[in-house]
Amino acid sequence: MVYYIGAFGLIIIGLYVLMVKRNLIKMIIGISLINTGLNLFLISVGFIKLGTAPIFSKPGLNPKIMVDPLPQAMVLTAIVISVATLAMALALAIRLYEHHGTLDMGKIKDQKW
Amino acid sequence: MKKIIAILFLLVLSYGIYLSINSIPFGVSKTKVGNYYNLNGVKDTGANNIVTAVVLNYRGFDTLGEVTVLFLAVLGFSTILFTMKKKKSDNMPTPPSLILSIGCKFLFPFVLLFGIYIFIHGHLSPGGGFQGGAVIASAFLLFYLVKPSEKSSKKSFQLIESLSGMAFIVIGILGLVFGNYFLSNFLPKGIAGKLISAGIIPLIYIFIGIKVGSELTGIIDRLMGKNNEKQVK
Repeated sequence: MVYYIGAFGLIIIGLYVLMVKRNLIKMIIGISLINTGLNLFLISVGFIKLGTAPIFSKPGLNPKIMVDPLPQAMVLTAIVISVATLAMALALAIRLYEHHGTLDMGKIKDQKW
Repeated sequence: MKKIIAILFLLVLSYGIYLSINSIPFGVSKTKVGNYYNLNGVKDTGANNIVTAVVLNYRGFDTLGEVTVLFLAVLGFSTILFTMKKKKSDNMPTPPSLILSIGCKFLFPFVLLFGIYIFIHGHLSPGGGFQGGAVIASAFLLFYLVKPSEKSSKKSFQLIESLSGMAFIVIGILGLVFGNYFLSNFLPKGIAGKLISAGIIPLIYIFIGIKVGSELTGIIDRLMGKNNEKQVK
């Protein structure tokens, strides 16, 4: 249960950062926090008490008490993709800074919706 | 004022999340498909690491899609940074300290070797192509930290990346030719636990490792690349 609290705590902190902060770098950090919380939640859904990793690294492991491999497989790729999308967000921030000379979203007038 | 509204909104949101999460039992087996993978994974695929078996055998097509997403993200990243104006500036980057440069010379081959080990043994032990690729990229990050002025060949990284991505698809089409369906495991499975086993799984993981490694190295190269351009001019 504490894993769920931690995961959603991270997601809610990330949402708070996204809503309150105006600095672009801080907003990207918020997105990254949401990403981490989501990954933690997916992993903890597959958790089994006293379970072992789903790897037959030595003989005599009982497959019935292994944790669910499916969320782990999903998160494995999600982490790498999140790194790439984070890099893309940072690249956009670099370009915005070059164009406007500031990272404050409040000061970039023509970007407001 | 904005902060109070945000906190109130998040409190309501977290109460809603609490109500729905409370009904999910924690720490018990939930899905039938996960149980099936654990019980039959080694027999079906020949890979000891069930996570690898899921990533590359049961859901190989899904992984192909994810690799494509990764490729598109890196492509967008370099497209955004490609048209950047190159400003002239005279400030040279500070040279790295002695500890960093000697440590890099010593560590670089070992980190590279560790990354290769991780993705070759992806079907036996924890690890795999994605993790091994990240380790390889960290080796190159160390290299760039020591020699910021070093011009790397972006072209060759892109070539390696595209070739390994194509190799993944070619293996899938070979599965269509020799097996019954796209990405079918047409090679012999061998004895589970040996290095050469599990058919096409280690092959695909090696290609994914090279691809992820060169993609992440390309990202690092682009982000540090601004200094290089200044120095050359």
